[in-house]
Amino acid sequence: MSLEAQRLSFHYPRGGHVPVLRSVSLSIAPGERVGLTASSGRGKTTLCKLMSGYERAAGGQVLLDGRPLGTYRGFCPVQLIWQDPAAAVDPLLPLGDTLREAGPADPELLRALHIEQDWLKRYPAELSGGELQRFCIARALQPGLRYLLCDEITAMLDLIGQAQLWEFLLAEAKRRNLGLLIVSHARPLLERLCTRIETL
Amino acid sequence: MEPILEVSRLSISFTQYDRGVHQRRLPVIRDLSLTIAPGQVAAVVGSSGSGKSLLAHAILGILPYNAHLEGQLRYRGAPLTPRRMEALRGHEIVLVPQNAGYLDPLMKVGPQIRKGRRDKAARSRSLGVLARYGLGPETEDLYPFELSGGMARRVLISTAVAESPRLVIADEPTPGLDARAAGRILGHFREIADGGAGVLLITHDLELALTIADRVAVFYAGETVEEAAAADFARLERLRHPYTRALWHALPQNGFQSIPGGQPYPGAQPPGCAFAPRCPDARPECGGAVPWRPFQGGMVRCLYPKGGTAV
Repeated sequence: MSLEAQRLSFHYPRGGHVPVLRSVSLSIAPGERVGLTASSGRGKTTLCKLMSGYERAAGGQVLLDGRPLGTYRGFCPVQLIWQDPAAAVDPLLPLGDTLREAGPADPELLRALHIEQDWLKRYPAELSGGELQRFCIARALQPGLRYLLCDEITAMLDLIGQAQLWEFLLAEAKRRNLGLLIVSHARPLLERLCTRIETL
Repeated sequence: MEPILEVSRLSISFTQYDRGVHQRRLPVIRDLSLTIAPGQVAAVVGSSGSGKSLLAHAILGILPYNAHLEGQLRYRGAPLTPRRMEALRGHEIVLVPQNAGYLDPLMKVGPQIRKGRRDKAARSRSLGVLARYGLGPETEDLYPFELSGGMARRVLISTAVAESPRLVIADEPTPGLDARAAGRILGHFREIADGGAGVLLITHDLELALTIADRVAVFYAGETVEEAAAADFARLERLRHPYTRALWHALPQNGFQSIPGGQPYPGAQPPGCAFAPRCPDARPECGGAVPWRPFQGGMVRCLYPKGGTAV
């Protein structure tokens, strides 16, 4: 029972066939919080995209409980939270609609994330990065979620906002026994959050 | 030594249309004061969207038309008038912007650093500047889209320092870079200051700012709440303002404690101290006027500050 990346290789079509990832393996068990760190350009985000089904690997496979991730239908049990929330929401949709695209929004969850009712009618340009990021998290935390991949998700927040968001996510992950992949450049942050740290 | 830049009681507000033809004033920066001496790196630290980039734009005179500016800017002892700004910017006062989006996408790196000049002296100078940042002569022939993130950042610094400026303003120069690359980029700013220029570093990253800054001003909801020597941040007992203390506690290595609530929006700040609604030590008086004042080797905007260098 785990999310497994097995010997993944990947190159972007116009990248002159220079591999971004070469035979990378990583596995996450439920309840585990795996930290991932590497210098810029080493393919951290690419690995997240592969493991959540946004890109297909050129070699290797992603298995969820032993079954290829691509064979799951409906809401994907592996969700990615992107570094830049403004690029992960439709700029022309009010955020309430964006939330509903993933499924009904749990009012309890919105309260816990301090999302105000009035924000549901607003457009992305009318909220700050930190507020948008909370919407992206609410959207990903559907009942079917099992693994959450967090790609530098607090890089745009101040230190207090960062601590607030992780306090919430750690409690939620514990309650639901979610597996987390936490990507960050900040070593002290990973040491605080993770059960294990990998370097790409 | 005469300061390079003195900002005193600067406020910036925007005129917005609210429901039809009703205008309203939206204050974004309030009562900001800051001094930079030659050889010094002064950091302004605030969360993204807190309006701190507007400070850079105000000094350069490139605020949008609906911005309204109050307070005083002085450069090398004389008022910084719009005319002087125009004459100085790009030569004595330069901006290192956030990303390669500020470069001309259709112009190769070399001509951009030389600003169109083609003489021999300009050529050798641009090569020299690039070499100083570890970029070979082949960089001159690249277009901005061919640069990696770290290279683009170094090209931006090159275009800024090619003119031997006296004041360098760096606006979020490190996001997206890993710790080592960010450290290298910040090291370049330290070198520029050590060469005698003043550097104003605008960033959201307190930890990185502390690695090179001499003085740090902390921004909250459009106001500076504390200004102190970077060394004061090494010890909690020295910090003066409750917000700065809360930032210190929120560092992953110092307890990772959060406090509830968020920063108020521009225009929605409470009267008096903007931090009072989240402050553990707030008292009724905090709803009244809270002046910006010297306290124990720094400046603070709090009626009941703690710490300071005397501790």
